[in-house]
Amino acid sequence: MGDRAVVDRYPLELTVNGRRVRREVPGSRTLLELLRGDLRLTGTNLACDTGDCGACTVLVDGRPAIACLILALDVDGAEVTTIEGLAARWHARSARSARLDDRPPSLHPVQQGFLEEGGAQCGFCTAGMIMAAAGLLEATPEPTEAEIRAGLEGNLCRCTGYVKIIHAVQVAVNRMRGARGAEA
Amino acid sequence: MSGSPGPPEPRETAGGAGALVGTTASDRSPRFRVIGTRVAKLDAVEKVTGAVQYLPDLELPGMVWGKILRTRVPHARITRLDTTRAEALPGVLGVVTGRNVEQHPFGYAKDHLALKGDVVRCIRDEVAAVAAETEEIAEEACRLIDVEYEELPAVFDPEAALRPEAPRIHPQFPGNLVNFTYKFTAGDVDRAFREADAVVEGTYRLNYVTTACLGTMAAIAQWDPRGNLTMWSMTQIPFLYQHDLAEALGVSGDRIRVIQPPVGGNFGRGLDLYPIDIIAALLARHVGRPVKIVFDREEEFVASPTREPCVFTLRTAARADGTLLARDARVLIDNGAYVSWGSTTPYVMMTTLAGFYRCPNIRFDTAIVYTNNVYSGSMRGYGNLESTFAVEAQMDDLAERLGLDRLEIRRRNANRPGDVTPQGLRITSCGLLECFDAVARDIRRPVDRPLRPGWTRGIGYAGMFHVGGGARVYRSDGCGAIVKLDDFGKVTLITGASEIGQGSETVLAMIVAEELGIPFGRVEVVNNDTAIKPWDVGVHASRTTFIAGNAALLAARDVKRQLLVLAASQLEEPAEALDIEDGLVYVTAAPQRRLPYEKVVRAGHFREDGRILIGQAFYDPPTQMLDKDFRGNVSVTYGFAAQAALVEAEEATGKVEVLRVASAHDVGRALNPVGCEGQIEGGIHMGLGYCLTEELRLRDGRVLNPGFLDYKLLTAPDMPEILITLIETVDEAGPFGAKGLGEAGTIPISAAVANAVKDATGVRITELPMTPERVYRAIRVARTAEAAT
Repeated sequence: MGDRAVVDRYPLELTVNGRRVRREVPGSRTLLELLRGDLRLTGTNLACDTGDCGACTVLVDGRPAIACLILALDVDGAEVTTIEGLAARWHARSARSARLDDRPPSLHPVQQGFLEEGGAQCGFCTAGMIMAAAGLLEATPEPTEAEIRAGLEGNLCRCTGYVKIIHAVQVAVNRMRGARGAEA
Repeated sequence: MSGSPGPPEPRETAGGAGALVGTTASDRSPRFRVIGTRVAKLDAVEKVTGAVQYLPDLELPGMVWGKILRTRVPHARITRLDTTRAEALPGVLGVVTGRNVEQHPFGYAKDHLALKGDVVRCIRDEVAAVAAETEEIAEEACRLIDVEYEELPAVFDPEAALRPEAPRIHPQFPGNLVNFTYKFTAGDVDRAFREADAVVEGTYRLNYVTTACLGTMAAIAQWDPRGNLTMWSMTQIPFLYQHDLAEALGVSGDRIRVIQPPVGGNFGRGLDLYPIDIIAALLARHVGRPVKIVFDREEEFVASPTREPCVFTLRTAARADGTLLARDARVLIDNGAYVSWGSTTPYVMMTTLAGFYRCPNIRFDTAIVYTNNVYSGSMRGYGNLESTFAVEAQMDDLAERLGLDRLEIRRRNANRPGDVTPQGLRITSCGLLECFDAVARDIRRPVDRPLRPGWTRGIGYAGMFHVGGGARVYRSDGCGAIVKLDDFGKVTLITGASEIGQGSETVLAMIVAEELGIPFGRVEVVNNDTAIKPWDVGVHASRTTFIAGNAALLAARDVKRQLLVLAASQLEEPAEALDIEDGLVYVTAAPQRRLPYEKVVRAGHFREDGRILIGQAFYDPPTQMLDKDFRGNVSVTYGFAAQAALVEAEEATGKVEVLRVASAHDVGRALNPVGCEGQIEGGIHMGLGYCLTEELRLRDGRVLNPGFLDYKLLTAPDMPEILITLIETVDEAGPFGAKGLGEAGTIPISAAVANAVKDATGVRITELPMTPERVYRAIRVARTAEAAT
């Protein structure tokens, strides 16, 4: 439903990309609508609106979630990270290692991997793909190739055949391992 | 799409890790600094950070939402169309129908209007459209439009549509035949069949599929008070689109400006003008506000172009040694309710039928039939997947019949440099044999997985050729380019060619950097605005790297000449004595005498008698359109490829799993290997989907599976290991030797898999997709027949 006066609105408070957000939203508003519409965070793309493609994947409390299937009110109090906030989340969580690395400071290792390996063609799935991969690596820092593929099963790509996406994640795994090694 | 904050410098990377390995022929000349390096896309930073703004992300002041109401029934007369209730809904700005706006027929055959006023002919048909303050209000208003239909008899099967008693879909097209004929003959086909040692035949049923781009179709239209229209569109043919849209709206083309924001995939979807763009423009004019329309996913499956389904009947004749003698083909194409590019795919089917492998005697004919199904458009590979599927199935069948090795029969008949096909296509560079050698090697690498009980393993091969040096399907096959140098040494390439995610702007920037002798990072590309960029036919036929590449190369050469003339006075040497490398203009005989190129440019701006540095070129290749007999050399050069598939099949269930694909491509020269691999890998994904899982299922004209849950794209775990070889034949007409590649990966793979399934099971699958159900049935039928004999 839209912004019509007859619709009941409910208070919502959550953290998006490290910033507190307070809104009154209709009960039917999805997290994706909140992000793209209310907050103008258009890096997260709408591709199916039925949870079948993964393009709108974001992190909710560090875990990948499909933003078009979640009601905004269901993430009240949660910490949401979108593609726009992923690099900052990474650097906040690994402040020391970040300084030891020679990457441009603005990217998460998965983003850097996608950049270097050609993981994005049209780019429409890319944000969701990167968020799914970043979430996978938070839970499983050393995935096998099969685990990477399984971790990205819910994310459709029409351009790449997933080959360079999988490469990109493997490159990120190596770089993050390097960063952990440097930290230890 | 210019303006990447910081495109990374070209860099070499290792071929990759683990099982997914890309290999590149490493014979590239060391004189190149940029060409042949693995370069990240110019827009990669925006794409990995989410900063990229796709069309649905754009907002204009005062913009409202448009929504299209489609018919409920596939074939009917509209007896009542009342928009009163919709117009009364608060937040609605206006409703357009075929009855309250001026519009003109559009499309290749001018056989429909964007808004159907009287008769609807397929389930995607547009009946009305609403502009409203929000998308939700627009949707609600659509529900409040009262439409009554008087249903008409409908026909959904092309064979049935050809029968005399079939309902007539367009009164002006008797027999439901689209009035294009694609009839080609060469040699004496009947005699060749009489004299042949072996004849094989088959009928292949090829499926409805759709581009299924992640980004759905969308458009924004805005009129200014002087009557000028700006369209933000997903078109991949901006200048032809300008022309077609002007005609549909009844305005002159100079009133229309087309801006092309980044698109979430296209793959041929943007090759025609579709109702969404016309309706956005009509709505925007009607309500006096900018209007945005974005398809939802269901709408995308129902109302975006499809690959045409067809029934391909083929006979092939050969001598005992495997030498091909003749092919005789007839193709029945389901055009759907209106004519778009789907009806022209025989143009490409024919070139493969008459030109892939040497074959002197050819007969090719088609029937392109109107039905009440959704209508067929263009999709990557464009007729060639269909033709290659039939041709390559029969290469294997002939080998089996004649007791020949499957690779040997292909080698014996392979096209070679210097060949002229029966249609007059002139084969110049041709690495087909090398492609087969490469895939024959790679597909037989060890497999580290034991065969499961009840499963069998097989290998299949297929090759292809496709236009690789443009395709003259319009009177022009040209593209313009401008290269402009600024005060700071920034080099701007303004190209007619459109970026649709395939990486064209990156490869064009590489060409300019290489030719100018400046670092890649100094080049930016402007390519998305018809008010700025020079003319181009569009993105199709794998033509952009070759055609737009040659245009960019010539424009860079032009500006380089001017730069050296300007530098001559500063370095006090004639221009002929100078060159540029790594951004330095130097005296070739005394390289220590040099100037940074930006300093030369600046001097041109600030000195008396100054000049600006702008190079330009229009490249239109030396080719011919096919004549009325379908003869002519349509492309400067042709791309070749071979693919091999390793599959496992389970007899008890009909399941087919593809373990590995080897894919070798004669690319002329790999300008950006990472881009080449990306095109091939993505092409294999799309071709494997066509082969295994994808099918737009229609019943009585209605799409039964308009969503990703039921229309199955292959996922990451579904994809096989892919082994790529890039063969560099260095084509003399290509930019730095390159040929077109964009469609090649898609084309042979379904044929290779079908041949592998035959190898594994002994059963020829003739209908796609190869669902377990279909494969199981085919195996049962074959086993029953075997038992009976």
